Amino acid sequence: MHVEVRLFATLRRCAPALGVGESLKLTVDPGTTIADLRDQLGLPPEEVRVVMRNNLQADLNDQIGDGDRIAFVPAIAGG
Amino acid sequence: MLTKDGVEFKDASDLVGKGMYEVDELLWETYPDTAVIGIGQAGEMKLSNAGISVNDTENRPGRYAGRGGMGAVMGARGVKAIVIDDTGGPGVEIADKELFDLGRRKLTESIQEHDLTKKGGGLPSYGTAILVNIINEAGGLPTRNFSAGQFEGAAKISGEAIAEVVEKRRTNGGYEGMVGHKCSPGCIIGCSNVYPDEEGKHIVSCLEYETAWALSANCGIDDLDSVARMTRECNDVGVDTIESGNAIAVAMDGGLLKFGDGEGALKLFDEIRRGTPLGRILGQGVEATAKAFGVHRVPTVKGQSMPAYEPRAIKGIGVTYATTPMGADHTAGYTIAPEIAGVGGKVDPLSDEGKADLSLTFQAATAFIDSTGYCLFIAFPILDIAKGWAGMAETVAGVTGMSITGDDVVPLGKEILKMERLFNEGAGFTPEADRMPEFMRYEKLPPHDVVWTIKDEELDKVYGWVHNGS
Repeated sequence: MHVEVRLFATLRRCAPALGVGESLKLTVDPGTTIADLRDQLGLPPEEVRVVMRNNLQADLNDQIGDGDRIAFVPAIAGG
Repeated sequence: MLTKDGVEFKDASDLVGKGMYEVDELLWETYPDTAVIGIGQAGEMKLSNAGISVNDTENRPGRYAGRGGMGAVMGARGVKAIVIDDTGGPGVEIADKELFDLGRRKLTESIQEHDLTKKGGGLPSYGTAILVNIINEAGGLPTRNFSAGQFEGAAKISGEAIAEVVEKRRTNGGYEGMVGHKCSPGCIIGCSNVYPDEEGKHIVSCLEYETAWALSANCGIDDLDSVARMTRECNDVGVDTIESGNAIAVAMDGGLLKFGDGEGALKLFDEIRRGTPLGRILGQGVEATAKAFGVHRVPTVKGQSMPAYEPRAIKGIGVTYATTPMGADHTAGYTIAPEIAGVGGKVDPLSDEGKADLSLTFQAATAFIDSTGYCLFIAFPILDIAKGWAGMAETVAGVTGMSITGDDVVPLGKEILKMERLFNEGAGFTPEADRMPEFMRYEKLPPHDVVWTIKDEELDKVYGWVHNGS
């Protein structure tokens, strides 16, 4: 299955070659959860504050579907 | 001029007609290292979008009481600037130093421990524009005058992009660009930045999330240098960046310029500076601009335009926009924390459920924190770290001698909100002023294709307790 992954802010250090605004295009096995994907990418679990799937709030235990767009978000706020 | 000896009025005719960069510079020639609070040409013209500038520690006019048109009030009173020199002043009396120090330690530790505010954390590394990509990802970044919730150029104007420009333009010696800038003495977060030009000299400090959004995504402009130059113009002429970006976006919607025309947008600030008819219309803000250009898409509540969170896609912040006594304002009850950031809980942004209560709780806590004089950004760590919340209340108790704990924050905040609400009622406001713009009820917002669905009765519940008891 194909999945498009976005990393924001401080989490970008886990994929240093990724340019601003670029996404990772990955292939994952059926049944892979967002938590599995997080671990495969080597993202520190304690730093992943929010996950989004296809622009919607998601849960780490959600299974990824083919063509999904997943975003990992660290602690952010401001305004 | 305000000193330990009192207030002295001085002739400021040599400053009249000047922008705030020059005003700050001239006043520091005579009164170095002072706080300078002043208005640009917009305030002198009593334009509704005129803000009040406060200089930063490097004497730049980037720290604005931007919203609500307060600059026009100074202008109407003929006050160009207020210089404050605290030399020899008595300082703040602290009623219970031991309690204050205890609270201060807890609060400081929570700020230094939280991933967002600690050294190397999100805010000092990327500034408030850290939000651009995330809000865009959630489909809540107002784009081209609130006609969409995602901007294809978002990444180019994000906090990550600002940090990259600051790093790439680094020069050998004399470099002025930086992230992690502290806008006020004693700050332990450092979310400000200094945005440099290609020679390494500062264009503006600082590029905030709201500013970066208002003058870019909302106007369809994806060039950071243009945004920085427009922000500098806002700071010089003395207008709010949010209202300015919205006014330009509305004018673009009405055909004045094409969306995306950064050069054309930049020139509009000189129209305001010179007080041309077009400049005065834009400087009166979004509602005046929408009337002048016949635009139906008018993103305002109580005459104030909306900031950088789309209420159709993030419902709780919409409740805050609609009901806060000061008109559409995100800081008054920042439900983005649980709706988007997972700070202080986790709530679905697209759901209507429970948003009236959520907004009221945030409005009350904010009213308390704002009244203390604390930077509102302490809220993020202390919402997550219990000792920080308690410590904040202890510092207030320590300074004032009042008996205040963390449990008193929301009830005391509600007392403040009640006064604000009753002030508005005395000024003639009714619940009909607590409504979202009509277009948001029927224009679907992509990518979620949602409209504003929270019922008026729900909005009226937010402040129902003022007359019905809690």
